[in-house]
Order: sequence, then C-alpha cells, then structure tokens
Amino acid sequence: MLFKAEVKVSLKKGVLDPQGSAVEGAVKSLGYTNIPQVRIGKFIEVWVEADSQEGAEAEVKELGKKILTNPIMETFTFTVAPSTDKLVQSTGATEQASKTGVQ
Amino acid sequence: MRFGVTVFPGTNCEMDTYHAIREVIGEQADYVWHQDRDLSGFDAIVIAGGFSYGDYLRTGAIARYSPVMESIAEFADKGGLVLGICNGFQILTEAGLLPGALQRNAHLQFRCGWTHLRVENADTPFTSAARKGQVLKIPVNHGEGNYFVDPETLAELNANNQVLFRYTTPSGDATPEASPNGSVENIAGIINKAGNVAGMMPHPERAVESILGSEDGRYLFVSMVEYLTGRASRV
Repeated sequence: MLFKAEVKVSLKKGVLDPQGSAVEGAVKSLGYTNIPQVRIGKFIEVWVEADSQEGAEAEVKELGKKILTNPIMETFTFTVAPSTDKLVQSTGATEQASKTGVQ
Repeated sequence: MRFGVTVFPGTNCEMDTYHAIREVIGEQADYVWHQDRDLSGFDAIVIAGGFSYGDYLRTGAIARYSPVMESIAEFADKGGLVLGICNGFQILTEAGLLPGALQRNAHLQFRCGWTHLRVENADTPFTSAARKGQVLKIPVNHGEGNYFVDPETLAELNANNQVLFRYTTPSGDATPEASPNGSVENIAGIINKAGNVAGMMPHPERAVESILGSEDGRYLFVSMVEYLTGRASRV
C-alpha cells in the first residue's frame, strides 16, 4: 500500500540561520515592521510502500533521523497519509553517476 | 606509504590531492571510488574536496552512506589515519566520525581565497611537523564551512585540544574578520578524540608549491608521513 509522507525540517532553536536572516532583512526593507523573525527549513515529500500506516510512520521516522536531517542542527515533524498518487519513475541520477566511473 | 584519495560523484579536488601526495610529497597515492569497500594496502585515507552528490540535501549527507564510508569508519576504528578536506570534513561530520556540523557561511557568500590558520595543536599525526602557534597560509573554497557545534561539545573540544586550526590574521590573531565563514570560535579544523581522524575546511593540497603562493599545506601531508613511517622529513 502506498503512503505519502510530508516531512518538515527546521533548524533547532539557537542555530544561526543566515538564509532566514537575509530574507528577514529583505522583508523588513519592504516595510513590514511586524515581522520580528524569519527562519528557513525544508519540506520533503516521501512516498512509502508499507503494509500499514504505523509501518509507514516508523519508516519515515527512521529516515528522518538517519538521512533527512542532521540531528546536530535540525529537527523534523511529519505526517503520513494513504496516497493514490501515480508516481513517475525517476531516472536515478545517483545510479547514473556511479556508473560513470573514474578515469 | 600509500594514501587512498576518495572520489565520489561530484568530488573535484582528487587530482590536486593525488598530485600533492605523489609529485610533491613523493609518496604513493591511488584513487578510491565511492563504491569500493577494500581499503587494504592503504596507510592513510584522504577524503578529497568537491561537491559530492551536488551537495544535495546537505553537504556530505548522501556521500556519508556510500559503501566506501563504511570501510573508512572501520579503518578509522582500527586507528587508521583519515583526513577530510573541505567536503571531506563535511562528510566526516555527517558520518559522525567528527563532532559538529558545517553550515552555510554566515554572510551567505561563497569564499575562495587565502586564509591564515594558527596551529592550535601540533601534537597530532596531522600537524606534528608544524609548531603550536605557527600561522599557515592555506586557501579556502567553500559556501558551507561555517562550523557549528553545541556549547557542551565545544567545551569538550577545547578541553581535549581537539581544535587543530583557527582562522587568524597573518600575525595570528583570531579576530572575527579573519574568519571566512563565521565558524564558532574561528574553528577551521578539528580532530577526533582518538587523534586519528581530522577534518579541515581549507585546502592543504592547493598550497604545496611556492609557485602557487604557499607551501604550507605540506605540513599536513609531511606530518602524516612522519607519523606513519616514524622517520622525520623536511617540509
């Protein structure tokens, strides 16, 4: 069964966010005086084949800890829901790169 | 002495590193492809710089799960010398072989140019040929070299003498302006607690011939050779 997870990655409190600060500066220079802070994170969509909602959630949680975030500076939250999306097979850039070899 | 120089898709400093080791330092070097698992025959591994996997997701995040990284973790566990340069440093932090993380430069600019590094610990296999307090001229080339570490780990790094280099002025002052990226306490390079895995953002392999502006990068490679062969050699 196909599930879709939406993973939200945020920088931990206290970790400097140079990108967020730059956007914050731009927002302020546009005249928005009511925006005290902007921080930038990531939004990642992951489709999971799993037997159950719980199974899919466990898998996404593991992925979040293992690769989608760096626990030293990031945290994440996610939602998982059954999906009827028709997925287009990706060409696998990584796979191609590894075939190129080194001369 | 045989150095292994890792190559991931997107690595672009492997040839400079290979050249520095073979032609300048005069030791053997071979490329190690990211799919390789066999590190037998290597005395030291250099994880060369570049943009492995296009820096997608986070710098080093994808390379860190390559087959060769499993072997490098085992190699390091047995006490083998591992030096990560630039992207190599990022990969080592992602792999958990070194503490901390490398963030986007504080000013958001990519920096390519000379930096001055003060040797903070000359009692390591990577810096023994230099003197503590010596200032080395070695270039950086990165957009994400802003070293971040939580205050507890930072205190531990300092207490254990794990900071190898700090960015300083040419005269050796660690001023905020001397840092190209906003790193915590101007940190440019660190070593693990066991003292056999080091990472640095600056590129020693680009500073091994005077015609290119500096020979100070030799200290890193010469120190490693000295450590492994037990014989002193000149930088």
